[in-house]
Order: sequence, then C-alpha cells, then structure tokens
Amino acid sequence: MSGKPLVSIVSAGLSKFGKNEGLYGRELFAEAVKEAFDRCPRLEPKRDIKAMFVGHMGESYEHQGHMGAATADWTGLLNIPATRTEAACASSGAALRSGIYAVLSGLADVVLVGGVEKMTHRSTAEVTEYLAMASDYPFEQWHGITFPGLYALMATAHMHEYGTTEAQMAQVAVKNHHHGTLNPKAHMQKEITLEKALASRPVATPLKMFDCSLITDGASCIVLTKPELASKFTDQPVHIVGTGQASDTIGLYERETLTSLKAAKTAAKTAYKMAQAKPEDMDVAEVHDCFTIAELIAYEDLGFCKAGEGGKLAESGETCLGARLPVNTSGGLKAKGHPVGATGTAQAYEMYLQLTGQAEQRQVKNAQVGLTHNVGGSGATATVHIYRSNQQ
Amino acid sequence: MTDQEPFTIEQFYKFIAQGKLMAGKCQKCGKIHLPPRPLCDKCYSQEFTWVTVHNKGKLVTYTVIHVAPQQFQDKAPYAVGIVQLENGAKLPGMITAIPQEQLSIGMDLTIDFTECDNAQPWPQWPRYCFKPL
Repeated sequence: MSGKPLVSIVSAGLSKFGKNEGLYGRELFAEAVKEAFDRCPRLEPKRDIKAMFVGHMGESYEHQGHMGAATADWTGLLNIPATRTEAACASSGAALRSGIYAVLSGLADVVLVGGVEKMTHRSTAEVTEYLAMASDYPFEQWHGITFPGLYALMATAHMHEYGTTEAQMAQVAVKNHHHGTLNPKAHMQKEITLEKALASRPVATPLKMFDCSLITDGASCIVLTKPELASKFTDQPVHIVGTGQASDTIGLYERETLTSLKAAKTAAKTAYKMAQAKPEDMDVAEVHDCFTIAELIAYEDLGFCKAGEGGKLAESGETCLGARLPVNTSGGLKAKGHPVGATGTAQAYEMYLQLTGQAEQRQVKNAQVGLTHNVGGSGATATVHIYRSNQQ
Repeated sequence: MTDQEPFTIEQFYKFIAQGKLMAGKCQKCGKIHLPPRPLCDKCYSQEFTWVTVHNKGKLVTYTVIHVAPQQFQDKAPYAVGIVQLENGAKLPGMITAIPQEQLSIGMDLTIDFTECDNAQPWPQWPRYCFKPL
C-alpha cells in the first residue's frame, strides 16, 4: 500500500456507549470531545479548531434539530462553522468525509468531526418508527416495512441465492459480543452463545433479536488536520489514505440486486484506489453490522471474500480477534451499540486506537492498516475510509 | 385517463385508488418508471406517457415483521415482500391471504386493491397489497 496521507487524525474521543439516562446528546458529545482534547495536550481547541461537522440522524429522538450549533455550544467552540451532517446511519461517516473536504480545500486546517445520538429514552416502537425514516416513505414505511424488515428482505434473498444460514449470521453476533467484552465503553459486555442467539425472539424473519444492533446513546469524535501539520499536535498520528462515498436508490425495492450494496462497493473501490491498497492489505476493519446479515454482505462488498461467501467467512473464525482479519474489534454496532449518528466516527475512533497501539485488551497485534465501512439506511449511502499508522 | 396527469407519487396512488397499477414511460429514452417520477433519471426528459402494468408478478424476497411501529402493531406479525412485475419494475408491499410459512421466493402474486377505496389526503395513500393468484 503506497497511497499518500490525505489528512491525519491527531486525536479521538468516545463517550461511554449504553443507556445514558439523564444525559442529552450534546452532553454526551461533550464527554467524547473532552477525551479527544485530553489526549492531545498540544491542541488548543479554541485557537486551532477551524470548523466542525457533526453527524446526527434524527430530530425526533430529542426533539432537537440544529445539532451542529448545539454541539459547538456545549463544547466551547462557538464562532467557527459548525454543521450537522445527515445521512441516516452514515451521518458521521459523512461528517468525516466533509471534514476531509474542508481540510483538503484549504479552508480549515484543523477540523473536529463527530457524531451523536440519544435514543434509549424512547420506546422500541418509537425507535422503530424513527429509524424507518431513513427508508423510502411512500413505498416502504407506508407499507409497514421497518428497518430490520429491509435487512431481513436482504437476508432472505442472500439465503436463497447463496445458501447462507441463520447460524452463520448468528456467528457474527457471537463474535461481536465477544469483542464487546473487551471494550469497557461497549453497551453490551456479555458473551452470548450461538444457541442463545438462534433462540432469540423474531424481529423480522429471519432476523432475530440477537441479529440486530442495539438501541444506544453515545457520541464520538476525531480531530483531523493536514498531514504536514500533524506533528505539531502529536507524535503518533493516524493517516487517512483513502476515502469513498456513494449513493444508491432510496428504496431497496429499486435496486438491481438485494444481496450486495452497490454504494458500499463503489465507495470501497474509490477508497482502495486512492489508498493504492487491496482488501488483503487490511490488518483490522470496523464494518457496519447494524444487522448480522449486513456484516456478511460487508465482507463481500469490501472484497474480504467472494460474493456469497460471507457466511462461510464468519463461520471460519477468520474475522475474530487473534485471527487473520479481525472485524469489529470494538464489538461493532452489535455489542458496542449503534447510536446512529455517532457510529461512523466511533468506527474511526476504534481505528485510531488500533493503529496507535492503544486498544488494550482488544489490540490487534502490529496493526498498521485498517478500514471503516459505514452504511446509511438500507444502503442508499455508504462511506469507506482507509487508514494507516505513522509507522507504516 | 389523459397524459395530462402529473407524473407524481400522488398520482400513482390516485390510480391505485381506482384499482389501476400505472407507470410512467419516458417518451425520449423509453425507460419505465414505477413509481412515476417527473424527471427521467436516465435522460432528464420531462415527457412521459402513462402505461398500464399487469397486476401479476413474482415474489423476489419477503420477511415477516414481528416488531412494528405503533401504527402497524395491530397487524403484527405481518408479511411484506418485494414483487417483480413486468418490464423489470418492482414494488414492495404487504402480502396477505396466505399462511406466512407458505411464502416462497418465485411464487406468483397479484396486486390486491380491495382496501384501496379509503383514499385520504396526502400523505395518507390507499394501501394496496399482494395476494396469491
């Protein structure tokens, strides 16, 4: 891999993920930002940070829009441009992408990008309704199709076309729950068994409770700068060497295929090309496992295996910590949790820890190159980023 | 029916309320749009004609939804699927009148308009569904 750094990450922060009772989203965001500032003593936030982009999916959860300004306000960063980015569950993947645009344009040399969502105070029925807003209203939501329902439609098609099994999907949940036990900030830090996952109650067949990511409160952020300025702030930056983003039809029903996300494949192709990297160069990856089937499809779309072989890859154990290509060492959306707006930059946070050797119990040995894959809706938005350590 | 009706989602559902499944056909490039749209995404033409789509299709994929938003909780568990119609057009919708364990990919379904006469103003569309032939 020989791609040049586009931007460098000089710090990162993450709030505790989970049920954060009594805390507003902006307060969780402040928790994440405080960690990022504390990690980077040479950064003077009020002097150095020139812009911020904050991913936030929905106004409905907290009855709060305008999250760019609200988070700038609660983090002492007034007077700089602060903009909310929204791309459903890829809202902060899009924030990261926007931050890269800002740095590369030369308009802002240090940028804070992040994301936040506060969800757990709402009932499951309410969250189901709000999440569905990322899908097509007049043909999907109107006909009672939920978010798990959309991924269930993909799962049914994948099982039919490739023989993927419910046990192979459940294997993703078992793995990610195991990884979650190694992450003190994960929402769920409990092992589950394959039998328990398979016996859990149906949500949208064939997806069961343990195939679904968690309803979680949380916030995340990273600080980006120009590669030539990185050493001013830290001796251990992580470089972003590839970025890709693409869109697809808002309605799942209009897609040519239901077993792959074209936007993710396009974003990956762009990012790999920019990074001059191949899937086999990756030491670690965080992929968008909003549902277990989504992780299997991610393996295929990102080129970690051939089309249709995602189930077999999960079953092989090769994506577990300690194996060939650990995926979702953080616990993923499945166990770390999925506060939708926060997810994209939470993945980047994990990559920052892994590539600076700070991931503690879940450290991937000698991790130098990594990838994040963040998907919005049923795949109408996808962002892919490729990272490398300062040593590589 | 004339070609003066706007090629909009609202008009699509007005036809549904009349028991008709209608698509927009681009006069310039021939692309069939189901649902119709006022700007062809292939050639940017705004000239369309209405074409009738046959009511019959094949089930492409399906799921049975158990956890539903408030407004659908009285129906749960309910089946939804994506149905492939002619000309490559696909539509999602609920599937009724069949035991859920008998659903299978490739089965023949037809669109059912029986509950489509209760059209309310936007965005309360009449709700078509699919049933076995």
